[in-house]
Formats: sequence, structure tokens, C-alpha cells
Amino acid sequence: MQLESKVPKGELAEKWTDYRSTMNLVAPNNKRRIEIIVVGTGLAGASAAATLGELGYNVKCFSFHDSPRRAHSIAAQGGINAAKNYQNDGDSVYRLFYDTIKGGDYRSREANVHRLAEVSRDIIDQCVAQGVPFAREYGGLLANRSFGGVQVSRTFYAKGQTGQQLLIGAYQALSRQIATGNVTMYNRHEMLDVVIKDGKARGIIARNLRTGELERHAAHCVVLASGGYGNVFYLSTNAMGSNVTAAWKAVKRGALMANPCYTQIHPTCIPVSGDYQSKLTLMSESLRNDGRVWVPNKIEDAVAIREGRKTALDIAEGDRDYYLERRYPAFGNLVPRDVASRAAKVACDEGKGVAPTGLAVYLDFSSAIQRYGKAEAKSKGIANPSDAEITKLGEAVIEQKYGNLFEMYEKITGENPYKLPMKIYPAVHYTMGGLWVDYNLETNVPGLFALGECNFSDHGANRLGASALMQGLADGYFVIPYTIGQFLSGEIRTPTIDPDAPEFIKAENDTKALIDKIIKVKGNQSVESFHRRLGHIMWDYCGMARNAEGLEKGKKMIRELREEFYRDVFVPGDADEFNPELEKAIRVADFLELGEVMMADALNRNESCGGHFREEYSTPEGEAQRNDEDYAYVAAWSWDESGDHKLYKEELKFDNVELKTRSYK
Amino acid sequence: MKWLANFFTSSIGRKFIMSLTGIFLILFLIVHLIGNLQLLSSDGGRAFNEYTEFMSTNALIQTIAKGNYVFILAHAIIGIMLYFKNKAAKGSKYAVAAKNDTSWASKNMAILGGIIFAFILMHMGHFWLKFKTNSGVSYVDYGDGQIIDAYASVVTVMSNPIWMACYIIGLIVLAFHLWHGFASAFQTLGLRHKKYTPIIEGVGKIYAIVVPLGFAILPLYIFFTQS
Amino acid sequence: MKINLKVWRQKNNNTKGHFENHTVEATEHMSFLEMMDVLNEQLIQEKKDPVAFEHDCREGICGACSMVINGRPHGPQQGTTTCQLHMRKFNDGDTIAVEPYRAKAFPVVKDLVVDRSAFDRIIQAGGYVSVNTGGAPDGNAIPIEKDTALEAFDAAACIGCGACAAACPNGSAMLFTSAKVAHLGKLPQGEVEETSRARKMVAQMDKEGFGFCSNIRACEVECPKEISVNNIAYLNRAFLTASIGKE
Repeated sequence: MQLESKVPKGELAEKWTDYRSTMNLVAPNNKRRIEIIVVGTGLAGASAAATLGELGYNVKCFSFHDSPRRAHSIAAQGGINAAKNYQNDGDSVYRLFYDTIKGGDYRSREANVHRLAEVSRDIIDQCVAQGVPFAREYGGLLANRSFGGVQVSRTFYAKGQTGQQLLIGAYQALSRQIATGNVTMYNRHEMLDVVIKDGKARGIIARNLRTGELERHAAHCVVLASGGYGNVFYLSTNAMGSNVTAAWKAVKRGALMANPCYTQIHPTCIPVSGDYQSKLTLMSESLRNDGRVWVPNKIEDAVAIREGRKTALDIAEGDRDYYLERRYPAFGNLVPRDVASRAAKVACDEGKGVAPTGLAVYLDFSSAIQRYGKAEAKSKGIANPSDAEITKLGEAVIEQKYGNLFEMYEKITGENPYKLPMKIYPAVHYTMGGLWVDYNLETNVPGLFALGECNFSDHGANRLGASALMQGLADGYFVIPYTIGQFLSGEIRTPTIDPDAPEFIKAENDTKALIDKIIKVKGNQSVESFHRRLGHIMWDYCGMARNAEGLEKGKKMIRELREEFYRDVFVPGDADEFNPELEKAIRVADFLELGEVMMADALNRNESCGGHFREEYSTPEGEAQRNDEDYAYVAAWSWDESGDHKLYKEELKFDNVELKTRSYK
Repeated sequence: MKWLANFFTSSIGRKFIMSLTGIFLILFLIVHLIGNLQLLSSDGGRAFNEYTEFMSTNALIQTIAKGNYVFILAHAIIGIMLYFKNKAAKGSKYAVAAKNDTSWASKNMAILGGIIFAFILMHMGHFWLKFKTNSGVSYVDYGDGQIIDAYASVVTVMSNPIWMACYIIGLIVLAFHLWHGFASAFQTLGLRHKKYTPIIEGVGKIYAIVVPLGFAILPLYIFFTQS
Repeated sequence: MKINLKVWRQKNNNTKGHFENHTVEATEHMSFLEMMDVLNEQLIQEKKDPVAFEHDCREGICGACSMVINGRPHGPQQGTTTCQLHMRKFNDGDTIAVEPYRAKAFPVVKDLVVDRSAFDRIIQAGGYVSVNTGGAPDGNAIPIEKDTALEAFDAAACIGCGACAAACPNGSAMLFTSAKVAHLGKLPQGEVEETSRARKMVAQMDKEGFGFCSNIRACEVECPKEISVNNIAYLNRAFLTASIGKE
């Protein structure tokens, strides 16, 4: 099979405009007859379902939540990028394109990224028109802030809840279409299979989570917007329910999983505090603007801290290692996410971690408090301020900037971050990999589309901050409504798809068999315990740093764990009822397969790039070493039960940017 | 007129009636209190009797009084409807009562209102009914012909310690009802403003104490000076 | 720390529920939901049916949590969702009652899970700005005063968890409905449709069987996002204008 990216010809900057004006259309009278299934209601799914509904298609939209508004896009804090250049600081579509390509360590498709940068501007306009309350300046114009890895201010935000506000905007647009009847919403429905008929995706099998009933839903095409798979690591910043099942079922029906090993590990999360821990909480990247990262210089100090005999305050200035500032003097504490995460791991591996688990570093605001305090005292005309006064004034400034984050930290840890430095540690946050799609966002299975985090297309090997929201909405509002026409224009003569066709019955039976298989094990171990063990394997062997030996070992361990799962898992209750444990079991079963493909991908990629760091491929100073000669391709995988997963390559061509080594020294 | 029906059957429409009738009754209380303060003048009840005579013969006052009855009834009937509707909407209660920062009065307006309604019936039975039916009333003449000696009736009722206590209890209940009701009426009308709402709330609380207290002085005064 | 739990168990909306007693060994660093996880792990080990409860993001923003802890939705901590509530707020040996939201418009699905689709239908009735994708004017075309944008944001911070209606002794959804009307109505983009929005959303809210607001303010007190009852006054005003003011 040859992977065709279907990137249109022409100049990079003209491709999308030209393509849009020449692509096939579906006339309004035909749209009314055509049905589309959208799976997922995050930013990508909700915006796609709403927009396709507005265009007049018959949309059926599915969410495993009780309401579309609970999708995990809601938790994004920082903001959304757009090349508006409102700040007059030299931003442009090209610059956003370039930053994204470079930030992604040159492993994404140029044409897709450029289109993303182009439509980013429309997203902001659309969201404002929907009533998204973006932050504003005193003059009433939109405010911006800057984010890691770029030199312009192009991030739009709504306090620390940008994802929430954007999702509510999309949810409201979706609700409007539900009210008009153009979209039929299926809440508490989980997609458990995609149905392929005559080579095209024509429907899904969904489980009604409330009743346990399996339902067959048919349509002319299927759009997946089911998010990322970070929960394969068990502990991540993803929501508890985030899963790979919808995408994975597509893989098992022939779609390809591209670059599954590209995982973004976010450097500033609240560390794990115990075995019972269910998820990790992110502390916004913006904290690194004022916080200084350090660990004790001496291992005995670190040990004393871990054992509770000392606190951060007992470590003299000279005994602290501000390792980011030491190693990366040019960017200091503001190096990109992948670099910061790895440096924290190195420090903890040396035995300098500061939490009882040994896995945490300090993020210290005391210098910032002193600096702001002195400046405040000066501006208020206080001569010879006392230390206490300076601290008080400085804390007030910090509170204004990060008050809600500090409060959240204190709620979770019970420690006051104004007095003691925060403890942070990297955690899995986002998965750049996903279903392989072409320029139309169509997978290699005709009629099956993938949007948002669910696809692989825009972020290469590392995603820049505030770009996930941008991609989700770009795909849903401004790309799929056009590109889906390329497929559907050929379907106007296709009659309504019959959900009682043999392909549907077979898919339903397959699903039923799988559920029965899982529920009938009635072993001794909980689903959660398997998930936790899988997470440990993934984190240890396919986490922040990987090597061939570990990956081989991890792959083997996952296979064993999978066998054990089908031998000894215990799922209480029955299939024909509301059964959250069963839902979890089905998802974990898929993670147990995905993990293996991630290891295979990581093993195949003999280079270090972005979120993928292979210890064998690093410079003598321990920095990532890319291999553009041999690995400038997208690795798309098919699934094979025997473990012989097949790799398909899409070579990446860079006609508009020069490939360089990222350096933050 | 469908819009009117729609409005008055909507939740906010009904609350609107509660609010407007409530505000009218709040105003009425002030007028009633000022009049009743005549009881305190040491003229053997002449000022009070003349005031009563004026109130019961003036056409305008009588019209307003009729309106007053209507408002009390409307306030009570819709209040009862809301009570049952809300009870149904809540379903069952929690096993543990929430300890949170909400006023006791606000959660018990229906019970407070019910007691006040009973209180009003008692009060009307003591005076209005007797005056209307001419039973057990005496008359005085200050030179302009015979008028009802309302003052004597008041003294008779308030000299009875049980009735006196009922009045005091009724007024305490009224105070609680007003404690929440005053500001609530404005909130329901949508009259909320960063600058003025604290004033409304402050006035409401003062009103809720001062007016029932003013009324309460009267039975106490009569009880202790006349009996 | 040892926690005595009184947990509500109910198979579905057609059966009667009851409290079940359990003891859980917790640590003070656990979130309330992690303590519930421990309970469920315990039940699974005993091959019993775990307690169904709704949760997802566990960082206080998705609004899935729907527990009432000692009579208070989301528990005792001000401005905090259940998932962000930590066991250090409780004492060793405490007895804690955990129940589902109780309101007629939120029927129980199972144990602590309730059906909150009524809220979705209220939004579908008019909680949006009627603009199609594409053709929106430039984001900076209409300046919006900073404070106005912030007020709209504060109303829009609602996470749709339903704690307001669950806390309200009247089972009223006024805080939820009003927050949406105020969020959109305060912005010029949303003000255009305010009349019909207020009318339709209130009509839907009434239809769903929510109670009437009597300004008790339990909603505001229990709201994990501290949405103000100022919004309720806003909706009252908008509804009055829509119903008896506008032609």
C-alpha cells in the first residue's frame, strides 16, 4: 500500500486557497440526504458536528459522556495560538507555520501545518462571534500572551480556562444544531467498532452505556474526533475516560496508526504522591516565566529532604543546582517542554529528587518574589523596605499573576507555594501520534476521517503550547467541512446505508464476542490494576527516555500482561447494564495492544526527535540527535495479532524550510 | 393576551407576583404601624379611635384596603403553589442537612408565611370581624357622633396574656419573613446593582427588625399599662 | 486515616435506594475520588459491585462529579469540586454520608450517577449565539470593555455540574440558566438574541420540572466555580423585559 498524502500542487501559501476553490461540492439538496457520523465532542468533534449540521448534512454525533460539554478539551488552560499579529510584533502566517514545523522537530507535513496557520485567524473571529469571552485590554481589544518556544505574542486566552471557553462555544454551536434537528446527539454512547462496507467506512457499532445495548449506526461516512491516547501510561494529565478505543478499532479495521511513539511529556505537573494516585494535574507552563527550577547539589541533602529531615529552605543558595540555567544559559528555565522534562529526569536519576518518591524537582518563586517586591517597593516610594515588606509586596504580585494556580497547588498538595517551593515532575500530557490522514484528513480507509488529537498530522514529534486547541478547531470548523465534500461528492447516488446489512451484523457480533470474552473471565485482578501495571511498563520503557533493549523488553512484558489480562481480569456485573468497570476493561484491552505498537514504533525510530528520545542517539552532552537522512518520514503502522506489525512510510518533503538542529544553549 | 398567560404561568412570572405583592405589603406595614402608634398617645384612646374611624370611612383608604386583601390572598395562594411545586422539584431530602452559609429564614419562607397568614386571620377576627358584625364593640362620642371604641377592643384583647403572647410570636415570625423577603423581592425584580444592593439589603434588615419591634411595643405597652 | 462511609446505593431509577456502610483506609493526600477508588478496589476484591460515580477530568473543570458529601454538593470546601477536595479536610474516624444529587429533574441512573441531560436541553433551547461558521467579522471589530468581558467570563465559568440545582432546597436551576443568559447577554455578540433566549431558556427550564427560585442562595454558596446570584437578577430582568417590556 502506498500512502498518498494528496497534498495539492502549487505554492505552499496558495495550496489551500486554490484547492478550496476547485474541490468538489455537494449541492444542498443532496446534503439533506447524506448522513455523517461524528465520534467525539471535544473541540474537533463538536465544531465539526456543528459546522456539518449548519451545512445541511444529517449528522449523528456520539459521546461517551453524559453531555458533549465534558470532553477533555475543556481542561486546556493556557490558550490558543493564532497568527493575527494584533500585537504588531512581526507575527505572520508563515512565522506560525515555521514555529510549528520547527517546534515539531521537522517531523510534520508542511502543507497541513501551513493550512493550520492560515485558518488560525478565522478561528479567533469565529469564537468571538460565538461569544467566547477572551481576555481583553482596557481599550476593548483582544489581549495576547506569549508561550514557550516562540518569540511573538500570539496566544489568545480566557484566564486559565481557555479550553473550557472554546469548548463551550463549540458545544453551544452544536446544541443549536441539535435543536434544529440537523444533529442527533447520542450521549453515553461509546463507539466500539467501525463498519467497513465495500471498502468504505459506513457506520459504527456503539454501546449504549446506560443500558449496555449494542446499536448499529449507519452513515455515508465516519468522522473520528476521539482524542489522544496518553492514558496508555495510566498516569497522565488526560481525563480518566480519555481512551484510544475508537481510533484503535479503526486500526483493527485497516486504518494506520502514525507515529504512535511521539508522546509529549509536560515538565510542570504536580508529582505523584502515592500508589492510589489516579491522575496527574498540570501546572501551567506560564509558571516557568517566574519560577526557577532546581535540585540540591548534594545527594545527601536530597536524601534528607526525602526523609523529611530538611526542607528546601534549609538548603543554602550555594548548595542548589539550577540545572536548566546551568545547562541552557540562553533559554534557561524557558526551554521547550521536551528539553525541560528530560533534564528533570536526569536530575532525579542522579538521586537528587526531592519528593519521598524521589521523583520531583523544585520550582521556586522566591527570587521572583524578592525581585517583584523590590520593584513594587520602589514604585510605591517605600525607602529602605524591610525584608518582610518586600516579601509581602512580592507575594502580592505573584498572586495577581498566578493566584489560581497557586491555590490549586495548595488544594492538591496541602503545601503553601508562597513559602515553600513547588514540587513538580514531568507527566504525559499529549500524544502527537494518531491515525494517519492525508491532506483531506481522511485515513487510508475511504470515508473514514480523523480530526484533532486523534490524527497525527500537524505537530510532528513535539507540539508547541497553545497549538492543540488551534488544531482541534481548525480541523472541525474550517477544514473538514470542505474536505469531506471530496469524498461525499462521489456518494450522492449512494442510497441510505442499511444498518441491517451483513457487515453491520458481523461487526456487532464481533463486538459482542469481545465483550463476552472480557466479562466471562471473572478472574481475580481488577481492571485498574492491569491498567496501572501497563502504565508502569510504558513509563519505564517507552517514557521520557527509551533504548532498544528496554523497548524489546517492554514489548514482551506488554504481551505477557495482555495474556494475563484475558486470563485473570475481573469485571463485575453484566454486559447489559450500566457498568463503568466494563467500559474501562474494554478501553484497557485496547491500550494493551496500542502499547505494543508504540514500543515497535519507538524501536524502529533510531533517532531522537521531539518527544521521542532514544538514549543511543544523543550527543555527548546528552542532547537529542535527529537523523534526517533516514528518518524524515511518517511511520504508519497496521496491527497484527502475531506481533508482526507492518510499517508503511510516508516520506516528508521540506521545500520551504531548512532542517536545522534545535539548540537552546 | 397569550403573552400575559405565558408570563404568569412561568416560574419567573409567578415570582414576579410574589415580589410585587410582597413589596406592597411591606409598604402597607409601614402605614399600619404609623397609624397604630396612636395607641401610645395618653388621651384615653381618642386619637386612635378617630384614626380608626377615618380609616374605615374614607373611600380611598377602603379601596386600598380591598386591594390589600387581594394582595395578601395572592401572595398566600401563589406562595402555597410555589411551596408544593418546589417540594416536588426537590424530591427527597439529603440524609445530612447542609451546614452552609444560607439564612434559616430563606429556607422556611413558606412555613413562616403560613404562620403569618394564621396570625392575620386571628388579628382580623379580633378586630375587623367584630367591627363589621358589631359584636362585642362599644361606642364613644367625642362630639361628632358615635364612633366605635376601637381602643377599648384593643385593650380587651391585649390584656389577655395568651393573646398578647400570640401577637408577640406572630411579630417575631413576621420579622424572620421580612429578613429574607425584603431584599428577595428586589432580587426577583432583577433590581440588583453593585452600588445599591448593599443598601437595599441593609435597609431590609433594619426594616425587618424595626417594624415588627414597633408593632410589638404596642401589645406590651397596653398589657403592662392597662391590665 | 480511617473513614466510615455511608454510601447511597441504588440500582436504577425504578428501584429504591438505601445507604450502605463501608470503612475505608485513606491518607490525607488522597482526593475524595481517590478515596472512592480505594473503596471500589476493595469491593472488587470482594467480588462485589463497585459504587458507580461520575468523574472524568479530576482537575475541577469537566463538571462530571455529582456527589453530595454530608449534605453538600462537592463537599465542605468553598469553591472546590469533589475531585479537588482532599481527605486532609476530614478527620480520622469521621463518618461521611455520600449521596447522589437530589432533584426531580436529575433522576438517578445508578448509585451516585444522575441524569443531567435537562441542562443540555436548556442550552439547546437558546443558550447560544446564532452564527454559522464562516463569515464572522474580525475579532477586534467590536471592542468590548475589559470589565464587561470579565463579567461575561465569570458567568461563563459555569461547568454545568448541577450542584446549584442539587443544593437548592427548591431544586431550581436558575443559577445555571441565568449564568448562560448573562454570559451571552453581556457581550454585544450575544445581546442581539437576548429577548428570545431568556424566554425560551426559562420555558425549557420550567418544562424540565426544576423548582422556582426563592433567593435562598444555596446555589451560590455551593457552586464550585462561585458563580454569583447577580446572574439570577440579570435573568429576572431580562425575562421581565422580554415578557412584558418588548413588543
